[in-house]
Amino acid sequence: MGVSAVAVAPASEPDEAAGTGTGAGAVGAAAGRLATPASALRAQTVAVPGPLARLLPWGGLRRGSVVAVRGPTSLLFALLSTASSRSSVWAAVVGRPDLGLLAAAEAGIAIERLALVPRPGAELATVTAALLDGIDLVAVAGVQRLSTAEVRRLTGRARQRGAVLLALGDWPGADLRLDGEGAVWTGLGSGHGRLRSMRLTVRAGGRGAAARQRTAELVLVGAPPPAAEPSADDAPTENAAPDPLLRSVG
Amino acid sequence: MPIRTIAVWCPDWPVVAASAVEGVPPQRPAAVLTANRVLACSATARADGVRRGLRKREAQSRCPELVVFDDDPDRDARVFEPVVCAVEALSPGVEMVRPGLVVVAARGPAGYYGGEQEAAERIVDQVAVEAGVECQVGIAEGIFAATLAAHRGVIVDPGRTPEFLAPLGITELVQPAGTAPRHREELIGLLRRLGLRTLGAFGALPVRDVASRFGADAVLARRLARGDDERPLAKRRPPIDLAVTQQFDPPVERVDAAAFAARQPAARLHELLADRGLACTRLEVHAETEHGEELVRTWRCAEPLTPSGINDRVRWQLDAWVTAGAIAGHNTDIDTGSRQRGGVGPSGGIVLLRLVPAEVVPVGSLQRSLWGETGDGDERASRALVRVQGLLGPESVFTAVLGGGRDPAQRVRLVPWGDERVPDRPVEPPWPGRLPPPSPATVFPAGPQNPAGADGAANIASAGGPDRAVAPSVEVFDADGRPVGVTARAVLTAHPHRLVVAGEPERAVTGWAGPWPVEERWWEPDGGRRRARLQVTVVDGPALLLACENSRWRVEGIYD
Repeated sequence: MGVSAVAVAPASEPDEAAGTGTGAGAVGAAAGRLATPASALRAQTVAVPGPLARLLPWGGLRRGSVVAVRGPTSLLFALLSTASSRSSVWAAVVGRPDLGLLAAAEAGIAIERLALVPRPGAELATVTAALLDGIDLVAVAGVQRLSTAEVRRLTGRARQRGAVLLALGDWPGADLRLDGEGAVWTGLGSGHGRLRSMRLTVRAGGRGAAARQRTAELVLVGAPPPAAEPSADDAPTENAAPDPLLRSVG
Repeated sequence: MPIRTIAVWCPDWPVVAASAVEGVPPQRPAAVLTANRVLACSATARADGVRRGLRKREAQSRCPELVVFDDDPDRDARVFEPVVCAVEALSPGVEMVRPGLVVVAARGPAGYYGGEQEAAERIVDQVAVEAGVECQVGIAEGIFAATLAAHRGVIVDPGRTPEFLAPLGITELVQPAGTAPRHREELIGLLRRLGLRTLGAFGALPVRDVASRFGADAVLARRLARGDDERPLAKRRPPIDLAVTQQFDPPVERVDAAAFAARQPAARLHELLADRGLACTRLEVHAETEHGEELVRTWRCAEPLTPSGINDRVRWQLDAWVTAGAIAGHNTDIDTGSRQRGGVGPSGGIVLLRLVPAEVVPVGSLQRSLWGETGDGDERASRALVRVQGLLGPESVFTAVLGGGRDPAQRVRLVPWGDERVPDRPVEPPWPGRLPPPSPATVFPAGPQNPAGADGAANIASAGGPDRAVAPSVEVFDADGRPVGVTARAVLTAHPHRLVVAGEPERAVTGWAGPWPVEERWWEPDGGRRRARLQVTVVDGPALLLACENSRWRVEGIYD
């Protein structure tokens, strides 16, 4: 039964079940089962909302990897939301003094576990390295200012510590690239209404298993527009509570 | 056999400290409360029937003139410093166990002053004269027995410590009440229910039976009950490179700077120890002042120190030194009616701090879990954030707390890490004019600011500039090219057709809604603040939240 020791995920990460797991009950159930490769893999990913998880080859963000994220800030919030709200995973955002934290809270992020370093100044690499030591999800803006050596060092640091580095910009050699484009807001007419929801096309690419590009259209905030038809895979499968803020369309 | 130890105990220290600070005369009954329950009370209060553990209302009903104070361990430690200095003047090598209790090896003073009884009397006199505080002294083998002897003011004959301990109640193992760890309290409760009411009865049990029935902590407790060595012999002196040194420039002279200065070295020390599977049971805090004085204090703790325990003790010690320095430097003419007279304090600011773990034990309970991820993600994150604060300063790392307000920016308060998370404004009031969700993902503080030429690019890739927090100005034009404004009745003068954000090409407006007026503090004599909000969607860009104030448009938020 030595193999089962691997299956019992550490108590600090109860919700590593990303895509197809049993959610909060995963640890308790896994403790009595033999390890399966899927469950071992689950312990190495950070959960993301269901529709985004379908874009990612491992069903979640792999720990120790670097993800280059380009696009609206709401995409970053969506990536952080499930991990932050369901498991007590810490996140940090470096270099964004104008982050809308009310929007982050509405997206589901637990803001008491969201650390902010708005102005790292010239010490961006050192600060990011220090955060990677203790925080599981570190999002960094202004990465174009980093030198190649610093980029390499931070990649190695993330891998060593098992943290996920979300680079808000271009990152040479990133394991995963997420591009959010074509954001369209609905809800405003000509002098009436109010903004309700944003529709976004997200493309996932990268190295290794993520090399095959996948695309999805997501509705990121608010209720979906009334004219949208729910698509076949819109119904939430695994999560007990359907994610109200993130729905896949088409 | 543990060494003969002198324990100097100041009864009801939290109350004494609080009364001294607040200037309440000692004959008035007073009590210190924590979580609405009495933690310590003065002798006069005890005579009236106030006991530890009572609720506040009950205590006040028993003693109507009771003066109540809140629990403040910082104050207790700070005010205790002169007492420690007084004892130290008589005999070096003093160790603090907690505010109110210090221990020192008996051999030195006994030899110097010609006997243990004489040494005890000298200490009591010295503390009374130098610090103006009553204390009791007890001498026995080992710190636990010496403390119990100090509670009773006796000097136990050499070698008779087990006989002294035997008739004492088993609840002495969890003194002072409320500070022992939960498992120890449960053990004592269990032993009492089993009929073992005295230390002697517990100590007489065979060690093997105790270990198998109750566990490792019970073995330690049994050792204490018998008067044996307090700690398993695994203790050792660590190599010197486990010391943590920190220099301060400018020197630490203020209490709040001391509190912050203590955080990072304490976190580093704990990490160093935890990496090697060790925890500290005796901590030496060394400091050097800018005039070259060297200060040392040893803190001792029965349980291995947790990170917050190390942090607290370093903070208390720095606090005590800085305060003593302030008093020693400026008290030439101050009327010393207060009790904090005396004490050898530093004469300048502190420039160097060194933490030396003088005694460590290997720990299982505080060790990191097997997979390298600590069982406590919060602790790990806290250490990382404290380290970043060490790099950039205390006002560089924040968490957010939501409060009330009308703007997305107003509702968020950024709290520096380590400070109390309290919102600016209460959440419950309805806050008319509040913006409904969804809120913009990028916000600028909505204040009257001169709009600098910020690059209005709303893509998160480029958002990293230093002055991003300035709200960009924007101009809104109608179809004929005339600027659009908002009338006093909150109606737009024309439909918006195009807008130009400072520093960007112009964009056509595809949809808009508003204007929604927001009036703040209209009752103020200067009229308060009035603005009108507008949501717009544009071609080739994110949706924007605009605000018009004093006929000028600004971007309040970007929906990206």
